[in-house]
Formats: sequence, structure tokens, C-alpha cells
Amino acid sequence: MKVIEAKIVVLGSQGVGKTSLVVRYIGKMFSKHISPTIGASFFTCNISVDDARVKLQVWDTAGQERFRSMAPMYYRNANAALLVFDISSLNSFQAIKGWVKELQSNVPEPMVMSVVGNKCDLESSRAVPHAEAAQYAASIGAQYCETSALHDQGIEQVFVTTAAALLRLAGAGTNLRSYDSADEDRLLSGAPTEETPTHTGRIELPAWSIDNIAHGEPRNTCC
Amino acid sequence: MSSSSIDNVQPSTSAQNNTSDELEPGACPDSILDPTDSFEEFASEMSSSLQSRHIALTTKSSTISEIQCEINKDFKESSEIKSTKSSEDLQNKNDSMSESGSSSNLIDQNNEELDSDKEDYLHSPELINKEKHVFILSSAGKPIYSRYGNEDKLAGLCGVIQALVSVVEDQNHDILRSITTKDCKTVFLVKGPLILVAISKSNESETQLVLQLTYAFNQIVSVLTLTQLNRIFEQRRNYDLRRLLSGAERLIDNLLIFMEKDPAFLLGAVRCLPLPEKSRESITNAITSTCNKIRDLVFAILIAGNQLITLVRMKKYTLHPSDIHLLFNLVRSTESFKSAESWTPICLPKFDASGFLHGHVSYIAEDCQACLILLTVQRDAFFPLSQAKHTIAEKLRRSNCLGAINDALNRNEDLPTTNPLRHIGILEIRHFMYKCKSTAQLFTSDPVSIDRPQDNRTRPKEGGDIVEKKIEKLSDIDYVSNYRKFCSQIHCTSTPAKLIFRSNSDNTILAWVTNGFELYVTFDALMEKDQAIKAVDRLLRWIKKEEQRIFIMNAPTF
Repeated sequence: MKVIEAKIVVLGSQGVGKTSLVVRYIGKMFSKHISPTIGASFFTCNISVDDARVKLQVWDTAGQERFRSMAPMYYRNANAALLVFDISSLNSFQAIKGWVKELQSNVPEPMVMSVVGNKCDLESSRAVPHAEAAQYAASIGAQYCETSALHDQGIEQVFVTTAAALLRLAGAGTNLRSYDSADEDRLLSGAPTEETPTHTGRIELPAWSIDNIAHGEPRNTCC
Repeated sequence: MSSSSIDNVQPSTSAQNNTSDELEPGACPDSILDPTDSFEEFASEMSSSLQSRHIALTTKSSTISEIQCEINKDFKESSEIKSTKSSEDLQNKNDSMSESGSSSNLIDQNNEELDSDKEDYLHSPELINKEKHVFILSSAGKPIYSRYGNEDKLAGLCGVIQALVSVVEDQNHDILRSITTKDCKTVFLVKGPLILVAISKSNESETQLVLQLTYAFNQIVSVLTLTQLNRIFEQRRNYDLRRLLSGAERLIDNLLIFMEKDPAFLLGAVRCLPLPEKSRESITNAITSTCNKIRDLVFAILIAGNQLITLVRMKKYTLHPSDIHLLFNLVRSTESFKSAESWTPICLPKFDASGFLHGHVSYIAEDCQACLILLTVQRDAFFPLSQAKHTIAEKLRRSNCLGAINDALNRNEDLPTTNPLRHIGILEIRHFMYKCKSTAQLFTSDPVSIDRPQDNRTRPKEGGDIVEKKIEKLSDIDYVSNYRKFCSQIHCTSTPAKLIFRSNSDNTILAWVTNGFELYVTFDALMEKDQAIKAVDRLLRWIKKEEQRIFIMNAPTF
């Protein structure tokens, strides 16, 4: 079985439902009283597509402006990005365009982008027309989905199509880490062990090469 | 309202003799916490002149860069890993704040529209009849935070506050500290580019209010760093700080509630989770043995229910209780830490106000609500720390420490510390709190009952109203608020009291401070002095006997 590992970053303005989306997909639940993310949260999940498996490292980032400067730490070396906006807020849609520009100028490697219009249960107060968002997504070569974390609509699809796109990307020979499951026993030695870790994490974690960890060096960023 | 008598004499013989020849309960030679009293700091705050105030906030060396230098030096010696970056980078992007103009203009327009009903707003039910208001504004007079109501509608009030402060500064070359009216104290604190104001009808002293404002300021610094805060206002005096603080208001809200209820703030001490000595030792060992090779790790802190379980630190560095209180507040106010591992920038103002530490924050297990915070100076250390956390959690589970933590958290009836008064068998004592000064740790007879914090800020916020209530049975919070005036008499800078014994129709309170500890005890109303001393004596002996369980008696390092 083919297995690939990918890093995916979830970006978007505050309050659009990034954490709700991820928690709905990974934790299979929804809470109305979720507190704002501080910094970023880290999740992992496995998605099976056809006869291949995608291991996703999900970085759910904070949307508040004060964390904006930390974003490069999370999107560096990412293989995919979920750009989330709230269909009832035009500003949050405009913010997506800023994120796309930033990603395009700062991430040299090819990246799977998905534009996600969340809160589609708020159809009555929609501020971003479906067609406009879909058209924009097409213009940047991204897929467009509308979701509702509240009603659990469309979220599965976002992750599955992203995983499928990542598989295609891996097939095209990129820096995505892929291996056959025959290797997997060996690679599983990267799972937590009792051994004392060293300070770099390089030795115990062959699955996470140092290049896949966000580094602190500033690049020339767009804003 | 009562008959009262104050004794400033030394406590009578028995209690004094028994404790003077040995260490006071809870004391140990090495402390994980920096025991500097916040009251000393308050004194320096109060004696500061206009000029020194400006200097104080800018000239301070950065502990974080000191640690980074140290690590860099080591790295270069072994020439293995690329150099770490200063945490300053994190803020680089904020230099590009020019885009922020539009939204603040919007707010100005709003204010003009609302001008007509501003007067009415000050009398609206959102604002009147509150026990304590806290306002934070920029030195340009722009509203930043209001505990109740909507800051936008308070622009007029903020203008008045700013005018009062600046008139005293500019025309009289003096500092406005407080205004006292018949039933109300107004306290002003100017810190860097911010003006903080508390208006209180409670029995808190001016000192206590200034301390609370300082905490609120530190909470803002903890979110932004002092460097960033100063730079923002240097660049744009008129900046609307609420843009950067959005989502952090609830931290200030919760902190203010927390401070009114928890005596830890009143005494500048940290409460520890009572645990058998063995369990605490193996928890600490699990952390040190897992983390001793992670060189950039500065602090590893395990907390549960606003109590400290253990703190392992880098040699040379200690934490101040007020920094730990901010961590407690952060964890308590952030439900989202429960759902996943988080990687979070945290500034600890007493440790280093100029930069961020990076925190790996996670709950130890689904079935154990203890939260592990690993603080490092290395911004890309998430994965090694994440792995360390899993190793620690596994070790704790195997050594059965999770069970011990849960027992203590659920206040298992079999534990002597769950209901100390019943366990000691001193019926005359209704409530007590004890602070060991040298280690800045606290123990009280009751846990503090703090309601679940609100995660989302809803306006207008409810609660905080002054209510006349019939007192039938005092809650722990009532006891603590009764201690406030004793506490301020003991910490009074001009004529500090050493021992206060005062009775009224409700109860008798004894407050006693020595070089080693502070003790506050509430007795029944008709308590005689010599009986009280005997009871206190027994209490101290019990604390001494249980000290290994109640307090953290060592200061482990990596």
C-alpha cells in the first residue's frame, strides 16, 4: 500500500471556524463554545484514498491579527493549505486573497490549495456569492467547497479531495514523503519511544526530517 | 459595627517558642519560585517619579536572549546545529501596521454618531451599580478595554480619564494616583503607553487595586510583549490596540474575576496541589529524565485546577508567582487546549517582558486534567517537545501518578488535605490561609470555588453587580474578602502590623506575620486570645507535619 505524509496548514481570519472544521473532522464533534486558538494547534489524521493512505499533519492556526507574524512558521514546507472564510463575511473572503498571495510568494514548492466557505448553514446572511468564490478558487488553481461545521456538511469532502490531490502531487515527483507500506515497520520506529529524546528530534523521528519542521529564519515576506 | 482591638505586640510565648527553633512549615533552602513580594514592587511603583517611570520600562536586559546566547555558544562549540533566532523576528511583521488605519477611522465615526446618547450610556444598566470597573486606554485616550459595557461607547469617559492624568502630569509635574470619594476609590496606573483605571466600591485597598491593575497590564504584555507594545505606540500614538488584543479580552475578564476570588493574588503566592511526597517525586523525575537532554527547554510546568504540581527549571532561572498566575489564567481560560497539542507564544512579563517563550501546551491524558506546559526559547522545537510530552504521559501512567493527581483533584475524602480542619480536629477554626514566604507557596483550608470561565465574551456582560445579601454561611470567597483589610494592614508600608487579633459580632480574625510566614485564621466570634494562640499552635504543627504533601519542598532543575 502506498503511504504518503503531508503537512497541511489551515489559514483564515478569526472566527471563521477553522478549529471547528478540524475538530469536526478529526474529533467528530462540534462545540458552540470553542475558545479562540492561541498560536496553533497540532492534529494528525490518516485518510485512505483508493488503495493509498495519506498521513496528514494538520496545523490549525490562530486567526487573530497578533498571530499573523507567526504564520510562516506553520506554512513553511506545507504541502497543502485550507483557506477558510465565513460565507457571511465578505472581509473574511478578502483576507483569503491576502493569504494566497503570501503563500504564493513564500512557498516555492507546489502546494495543494483548497478554498473553503464555512458556515454555509447561514445561507440567509450570505455575503459571498457561491459563484464569485468558486471563480476565485479556479483562478488560483484551487478547489472550492462550502461546508458547515455545525451541520457536518462537506467537511469530509474537503479533506478527502485534498488527500487525493496530495497523492497526485506525490505521483508527480515532489518533495512529498512517500513510501510503500512494506517500509512502514521500519518507519514506525519514529513513533514515541521510551528512549530519551535528543534536543533536535532528528534521531528518534526519522519520519519528520528536519526540513519538514518549520524554521525560524525570516524570508522576504509579502507584507 | 463592632468592638475591635488591635494588638501590635509580639505573639505570646507558646506559638513563638515552638516555631523559632526550626524552619517554619513549608520552608526549604531552595525555591522554584522567586519569592519577591509584589508589595515591595508596589512600594517602588508608588515612589517612582515621572522620569524614572519612563526609564524603568525600557532598560532591562532580555533573559530570553541571554539563554539563547548561552545555547548558541554551546551549539557553536559542538558546531552541530544552525543558530537559533531571536524571538524578535516574531514581531518583525508588525512593523507593517500601516494598513491598520482604516478600521480605527471607522470607530471614530461610530463614536460621533453615538455622541448624543453617550451621557445616557453611562447610566445604562450595563454600567451602573457594579462593584468594580476596570478601564484600560492608551495614553492618547483611545479606549482599549472595559470590564463592563462597550468600550466604543466609552470614548467620552476615556477622554476625561486621559485629561485628568495628563493635566496632573503636564501642569503639576506630578502623578495622579487615586481619587477617593465617600463610597468609591478610583486608582490610576500609568504604565508605558497605557493608562489603567480601577473604580471600586469593594473593601480592597489602594495597594490591592494597583496590584490588580499591574496584573491586567502584565496580561496585556503577556499577549504582546512589552517591546511590541512600546513599538506600536511609538509608531502610531493613535493606534487602536483592540485590533491586536482581539480574543484576549476574555483573558483580562477572567483574570479580574480570578483576582477577586483567589487569595493567591492577595498574598502573591502559588497554591500547590497536595500530593504524596513519593508521587510528586516520581512526577518530577519523569519530567527531568525525559527533558534533561532538550537543551533549549527553560521551564516544564505541570498544573491542575489552578494548582502547581511541579515545576522543573533551567539552572539559574526561577519564575515569579505572578508569571505562574498568568499561566494559570491562560490555561483556565482556554478550552481549546483540551482538544489538541498547542504551540503558543507566551511572554512572561517578570521573566522577560521583551520577548516570547514558545510553549507546548497540552493536557496529559483524556482521563487526567493536568496540563503540561513546556516553555522553550526555540521556536521550532515543537516536535521534540511533543514527543517528550508523550513520553512523560506514558511514564506518569505507568507509575500510577495520574491516579494520585486525580485523587487530589477530586478531593478524595481519605486525603488529610481534603478537609484539613476536620482532620486536625480544631473545631474553633472556621477557615485559615497560610503562606510560606521563602517559597511563595500558599495553603488554605478550603479550595477556592471558581465558576467555569466564559469562553466567549458576550456583551453586555452580566454579574459584578452590588447585591445586598444575607450572610448565612460564609463561602471561602467571603473569608478571603474579609482578610483583605488585615492583609493591607500587615503590608502597610508606613506602620506595618505584626499581629492583629480582632473580633466582631460575626467572627474573630487573627492575622500574624513573621519572617517566615503569613497566617490568617477565622475563629468563632467569642474566641479568647490564649485559646486562639493554642489553636494556631496546633495548626502550625499540623502544617509542619504535612508540609511535604502540601508544598513543593525542592527546586528541581534539568
